[in-house]
Amino acid sequence: MANLSRDTLRETVIDAILAVAPEADIDALPHGRPWREALEIDSFDFLNILVDLEKRLGVSVPESDYHELATLEGLLDYLEKRLAA
Amino acid sequence: MSEFRMPSLGADMESGTLVEWNIRPGERVERGQIVCVVETQKGAIDVEIWETGTVERLVAEEGQKVPVGEVLAVIIAEGERAEGEKAEGEAAGRETPAEPSIPEASRTPSPHAPSPRALDVSPPVPPHAAATSGRLRISPAARKRAAELGLDPADVRGSGVDGSITLEDVERAARPAEGRQAALSERAADAHAAMRQAIATAMARSKREIPHYYLGNTLCVEPALAWLEAHNAERPVAERLIFPVLQLRAVALALEAVPALNGWFVDDAFQPAEGVHPGVAIALRGGGLVAPALHDADRLAPDAMMAALRDLLTRARQDRLRSSELTTAGLTVTNLGDLGVESVQGVIYPPQVALVGFGRISERPWVRDGQVVAARCLHASLAADHRVTDGALGARFLTRLTDLLTEPERLWPT
Repeated sequence: MANLSRDTLRETVIDAILAVAPEADIDALPHGRPWREALEIDSFDFLNILVDLEKRLGVSVPESDYHELATLEGLLDYLEKRLAA
Repeated sequence: MSEFRMPSLGADMESGTLVEWNIRPGERVERGQIVCVVETQKGAIDVEIWETGTVERLVAEEGQKVPVGEVLAVIIAEGERAEGEKAEGEAAGRETPAEPSIPEASRTPSPHAPSPRALDVSPPVPPHAAATSGRLRISPAARKRAAELGLDPADVRGSGVDGSITLEDVERAARPAEGRQAALSERAADAHAAMRQAIATAMARSKREIPHYYLGNTLCVEPALAWLEAHNAERPVAERLIFPVLQLRAVALALEAVPALNGWFVDDAFQPAEGVHPGVAIALRGGGLVAPALHDADRLAPDAMMAALRDLLTRARQDRLRSSELTTAGLTVTNLGDLGVESVQGVIYPPQVALVGFGRISERPWVRDGQVVAARCLHASLAADHRVTDGALGARFLTRLTDLLTEPERLWPT
């Protein structure tokens, strides 16, 4: 798991988001903008996405790190960091 | 002998389509059991029965459109014997269907249930007349073929006279990616339009009839978020609480203190709700809104409340809500914070008498001990019916709610 490419990781994250919000247009997401509001992901959807990512990647995100996941790039950076650790 | 009738699943529901029976004549039913699925403007609803007994007969057929208050099935109550047809008429006149009192209370306008006798004699809308006008038109051969293919005829688009379903329609619908997909997406579009219509009717009625007054408070949620983080710290993601659990709990406890905001305005009078079952406004993907009740929110421990909320949110999005969830809420809670807005001025869902709105949690300058600090804050609002309560009472509720969310250790005192 630790040597996932950024693109593969991105695909995985997008799959997890689409599993919760099938209609989400992730390509239209403005770079560096908060993705949850833009995709209408509420706290329950967000929890389900984290559950899904934990299953797919084995990374459990503590609540105290949620603030690092505000943008899609931030989420990818965070997962990369955790997977490399 | 008692009659199980089409329930009113919303203030403005006139009829529903019986989609599916889960019971058969001769079968035993338990109070609270889901006995059928009814398609309404709010989607497909699992309808519960409020009596324990045995199914005598099913009156309505699958696919039939049935007015609110019309008989769906006849039940022999526990301890009662099946008697002759003559006895049935008498019994029907005497007994009222054992429905929970709460759903009754939320019915406005009154459901215009036909007199029980009308059933056996000359009903204004006899079940069979309703059957021809409302049920699916489908040829016997088509119905048989649909059953063989495991197709729900309601999903099939009819091309025959008056939209009746022919054998060919069924065959076409059975071919994947063509007929069935088209039929399903068309049905989804219809369902969406129906829900839009239901929301329009309820909200127009609210703004026409209810003299709303509005109160609001900004509160610091740092202690509540710290409580939540501590609670969640050692838990796997799947077992964590989300902030709305705390909000709903605070609303439930504040309602206990100010019960005049928990109920319905029916026939020019306030009727208090039995129990604390706040409605949770849930935006559906693809549009639309439902507000099912979270039952007994005042009695659930944190994890049980999260489980109940998870179950409710999941079923709402799968179109599997239950009838009791659409009729018991005495107040609704809406949380638009996840969509990035700071505050909500709510529209009350009639015949309820109040709505609580939460905005986004965001960092604000906050004064603590004479110092300006950065703190995460939240705006809570109350929209309430001035016919039932005055601002002073609303203020008492909102102050209580604020205190509870500001001092989270009071939410589940040990």
